[in-house]
Amino acid sequence: MDNKPDFEKIRQFSADIRKEMVRAIGTAGFGHIGGSASIADVLAVLYGGMMKINPADPHWEERDWLVLSKGHCGPALYAALALKGYFPMEELKTVNKPGTSLPSHADGRKTQGVDMSTGSLGQGMSSAIGIALGNKLQKRESYTYCIIGDGETNEGEIWEGAEAANSLKLDHFIVFVDWNKKQLDGRLEDICPPLDLEEKFKAFGFDAQKVKGYDTREIWNAVVKAKAVTGKPHVIILDTIKGLGINFAEQQEFNHYMTFGTEEAEKACDEIDKRLKDGTYPGGDFKW
Amino acid sequence: MVKLRKEIAVSPEEMRSAYCNALIEEAKKNDKIVTLDCDLSSSCGTKPFKKAFPDRAFNMGIQEQNACAMAGGLSASGMIPFLHTFAVFATRRIYDQIFLSCAYAGQNVKIIGGDAGVSAAFNGGTHMAFEDIGIMRVMPHVTIVEPSDPTMMRSVVRQTAETYGVFYLRMPRKTVCDIYEPDSEFTIGKAEIIRDGSDVTLIAAGLEVAQALKAADQLGRQGISARVVDMFTIKPVDKECIVKCAEETGAIVTCENENIIGGLGSAVAEVLAESVPTPMERIGVQDEFGEVGPQSYLEKRFELTSEFIVEKAKKAIARKR
Repeated sequence: MDNKPDFEKIRQFSADIRKEMVRAIGTAGFGHIGGSASIADVLAVLYGGMMKINPADPHWEERDWLVLSKGHCGPALYAALALKGYFPMEELKTVNKPGTSLPSHADGRKTQGVDMSTGSLGQGMSSAIGIALGNKLQKRESYTYCIIGDGETNEGEIWEGAEAANSLKLDHFIVFVDWNKKQLDGRLEDICPPLDLEEKFKAFGFDAQKVKGYDTREIWNAVVKAKAVTGKPHVIILDTIKGLGINFAEQQEFNHYMTFGTEEAEKACDEIDKRLKDGTYPGGDFKW
Repeated sequence: MVKLRKEIAVSPEEMRSAYCNALIEEAKKNDKIVTLDCDLSSSCGTKPFKKAFPDRAFNMGIQEQNACAMAGGLSASGMIPFLHTFAVFATRRIYDQIFLSCAYAGQNVKIIGGDAGVSAAFNGGTHMAFEDIGIMRVMPHVTIVEPSDPTMMRSVVRQTAETYGVFYLRMPRKTVCDIYEPDSEFTIGKAEIIRDGSDVTLIAAGLEVAQALKAADQLGRQGISARVVDMFTIKPVDKECIVKCAEETGAIVTCENENIIGGLGSAVAEVLAESVPTPMERIGVQDEFGEVGPQSYLEKRFELTSEFIVEKAKKAIARKR
C-alpha cells in the first residue's frame, strides 16, 4: 500500500476533505472547525493510500483501522469517508441534523466506516490499543491508527494507554498527535502545558517522530519509517496549526468551535482553490 | 431445572474459584475469550486462567480506565473480553469507559466486580460497593447479574460468554453458601421461585438469598408462609415474576447487599408501582457508606440478616388491606 504514493493526488484529497468538512459544518451552522481542519492532511494520507481499506465492505476483517480519539472532529472524518465512497456525499449535509448518521462526535454504530465511537477524550486511544491487540491475537497484519488531540494528552488515560501499548509491544499501532497548540479554552501553554510530547512518548517506550503535520509528504514518509521499526508502538507528532486551510478560522484565536454558515464555507472553499493554484495550500509557511 | 439443596451450608468452593473454573471451560470452547486484569488477579482468583491460557490473559497493571476502553476495542476487533477487578473499580471508577467504549459503542464486554457490598469486609468503606448496581442499572442495554452460589455462577458464566452484549456480574470473592444442587440450570433474565409461600414474597439476590431462605424458615415457625425468589438478574428484571408474586402473596420484601436506592429494591418498586401497587419493604443499606469489619458484623450493622428480613416481612404483611 505504501509504494509509489501520488502526492499530488493526496494533496488534492486533503483539499477536498477540508472543503467538504467546512461545507458540512457550514450547513449545520456550527461545529468543531479548528481541530477538524488540522487533521485534514493526516486523514488524506491515511485514506488516500496508506490504509488498507474497502469502502464497499467497511467491516472487512483484514482492513487497517482508524480510531479518531479526538471524536469531536467527526466532520473531517465524515468528509474523508464520503469522498472514499463509504456513504453518499449528500449525507454530509445532514451533520448534526435530527436523525442523522453523522453526529458531531464519531459514532461507530451510526456511520459506515467509523471504526469506534469516541468523544470522551482519552478513551479512543485505549480502544485503539484494544483493537490492535485483538488484531494481533487474531493474527491479522492490520495496522491500527489513532488520532489524538494535543489537549487530549491532559487525560491520564492517554498515559495508561501508552504504558499498555509499550508493555504489549504493539508495533502495528501508530498514534498521531494533532499538536495544534490549542485546546477548547485557549492555548495549551496557558492551560496545562503538555511539555515535550515527543520526549514523553519516547520515555513511554514509543518510537517517536515529529513532522510538519500539514505536509502530506512528510506525514506519509513518517508512517513508512514507523512501520520499519518493529517491537514497539509508534507516535507521530503532527506539528499543525489549528484551523489551517480555512481562512476565517485561521484568523480567529479561539477557533475550536465556531458558528458560521454556507456563505463563509463557500468563501473558504474558494480560498482553498486559490491556494492550490498558487502552491501555498494548505497554508502556513507551506510551499508546494 | 433448579433444585434447592436440602441444607444450605457454606460451600467448600470459593465464588472466585467457581467463576474462574467456569470461564476456563468457556474459553476451551471459544478462542475469542480473553481476560483483562488490573493487578488484582490474585485477589479475583483469575490466575488459573492465565495458567490455562497464557496468551489470552492480560494483566494490565493498575489502570482500570485504559483496560476497560481496551476491552471495548478488543470486542470491536472480534474478541470477547472479560475484565476483572473489585466492584468499586469495575463500576464507579470506569463508569465513563463502560458507558462510551463498551455500551454506547455496542460492544461485547463482560465486567466482573468482586467484593460486592459487605463482602469487601476488611478492605473497608473505601472499597465497599453499595452503589454499583444502582449506577449500572441506569446505563442502557447493560445486563446485571448477581449469582447467589457456585452452581448458579457456572450457569451464568456460560450464558454471559455465549450472549452478545455488555454484562456486569457482581459477586463476593470468597465464602458463599451452596444453595442449589450441582445440576441446576438457570436462565439469565428469569427469576427463580425457590421456595413457595402465600403470605409474603422475599425477593433476594446474591448473599441475601441464603438470608431470605433462613428468614422464610423463621417466619414459617411463626405461622407465616413466605415465598422466596432468587432475582439474580437485576437487569432486565423479571417483571412477570414480580407481578405474579405480588398478586399471589400481596406483600413483597426485597433483600439486597447494596444501597436500597437504585438497586434491586428500586427495580422491583418500579415494576410494582406501574402494575400492581403492593405493600413493599426493602432490606438493604439505608443510603450509607460502608465501613470496615468482618462480614458477619457488617451484615448485622447494615441490617441485612434474616432477623431483619422477618421484621420487614411482618411489616409488609401488616400493611395489606
